[in-house]
Amino acid sequence: MALATRTPGRSGPARTAPPAPPRGPRTAVGRFWRSTIGKKTVMAVSGLAMLLYLVAHMVGNLKVFFGPEEMNGYAHWLRTIGDPVLHHEWFLWIMRPLLLLAVVAHGVAAAQLSRRDLAARPVKYAHRKPRASYATHTMRWGGVILALFLVWHILDLTTGTVNPRGEAGHPYENIVASFSTWYGNTIYIVAMVAVGLHVRHGLWGAAQTLGAGSRTRDRALKVTADVVALVLTLGFLSVPVGVMTGLVE
Amino acid sequence: MNLTLRIWRQPGPDSEGAMTTYEVSGISPDMSFLEMLDTLNEDLIERGDEPVAFDHDCREGICGACGMVINGDAHGPERTTTCQLHMRHFTDGETIDVEPWRAAAFPVVKDLVVDRSAFDRIIGAGGYVTVATGSAPEAHATPVAKPAADTAFEHAECIGCGACVAACPNGSAMLFTSAKVVHLASLPQGAPERETRVLDMVGTMDDEGFGGCTNTGMCTTVCPKGIPMSSITTMNREFLRATRKGGGSR
Repeated sequence: MALATRTPGRSGPARTAPPAPPRGPRTAVGRFWRSTIGKKTVMAVSGLAMLLYLVAHMVGNLKVFFGPEEMNGYAHWLRTIGDPVLHHEWFLWIMRPLLLLAVVAHGVAAAQLSRRDLAARPVKYAHRKPRASYATHTMRWGGVILALFLVWHILDLTTGTVNPRGEAGHPYENIVASFSTWYGNTIYIVAMVAVGLHVRHGLWGAAQTLGAGSRTRDRALKVTADVVALVLTLGFLSVPVGVMTGLVE
Repeated sequence: MNLTLRIWRQPGPDSEGAMTTYEVSGISPDMSFLEMLDTLNEDLIERGDEPVAFDHDCREGICGACGMVINGDAHGPERTTTCQLHMRHFTDGETIDVEPWRAAAFPVVKDLVVDRSAFDRIIGAGGYVTVATGSAPEAHATPVAKPAADTAFEHAECIGCGACVAACPNGSAMLFTSAKVVHLASLPQGAPERETRVLDMVGTMDDEGFGGCTNTGMCTTVCPKGIPMSSITTMNREFLRATRKGGGSR
């Protein structure tokens, strides 16, 4: 145990009596959210939910390689999931608030944790070394980039507001239109590389946070995170590359 | 060996500090880093200057008192404590940067000395077990399985030096806290406080102003006792288990 440093007869922050423990929230949920591990658990669960969605999204995107009918038919089918129990598009409208909740919870927890983390090292080291991997130290800015991309992506291919074509019910044509512009491609490619980097560290980190990691499983978890990140990024990138090379037109 | 040292000098907790350059000569490669600083301090005292303040005690790598960030690494280039780091790991004529642990929860007292009593308060929140006092218990009354004993011992090795906090980009005390939580949670003796311990120690850790874990793993690369990353994972698991059970005294 570290020695308690005693320097009597002086005043200063180092020697003031320990502050009375702050009166924390009394409910279990409040205590959980207040703690760093609780917030990280929220980030892990919401992150995994978004990752599951992304995998399904990526697989669905590959339909674009089988022509407009296949792609547009798939898009139409998405609106009929749950039929006849669920009305047209109800499934999508159930998923949308859930995904929004995951994004908001992930972002709010990340912002609050980041503020804590930055405040915990008020004076930086004079001698700085490059440290953790690129994926690890781009988590915060990468997350911000992804949040901004999400807005762009919805305006581009869901509402069609910024899409050069933006015709409802014709996702295939809208995708081709978006990826026929230089800015559409650039924004998308940057964001998909950011997704890959984010998932690479995030998936492994989520496993650690949820207590799934162990010494024997560590390597397997890291390889899984790398493979999922790579497959996800390549799968998403194949669509703009397909349009650019004329494979999809 | 002749060396140029750039050392953080700060007269007191509330004063401004700065990196100050010193030349030191006649250093033997067999000296420890602290002996090299002793040599510098003798020079400074002879010149009538204030010697560099740094924490140290056992000088054999088991007390955890010493600790400074050397060239950006907590405890320097070797994975050991600063007292067990020898000057043979540096080259003649080298410039060495020496800084205190940097964390909001570890305020600088003077020069390289920081106040690590936040660690004591984390331990005080739950780093204990309940025992029946009186005559010594029968040695075999509480059997401990060999794997559990090994895990407990591995984590009990933590000397509380604070290198994990110093190396973490978030100034997080997760590795320190998890070492004690896992140590006691793996033993039958630690079972009565298993839930309250992890909730209370993590609560105190957060209240002391340490940052959260972002799984960079920097802590484990500098830990002189080799506390593994799996320690943090196990504490996360213990925390979630205790939360489900609704324990905690706070």
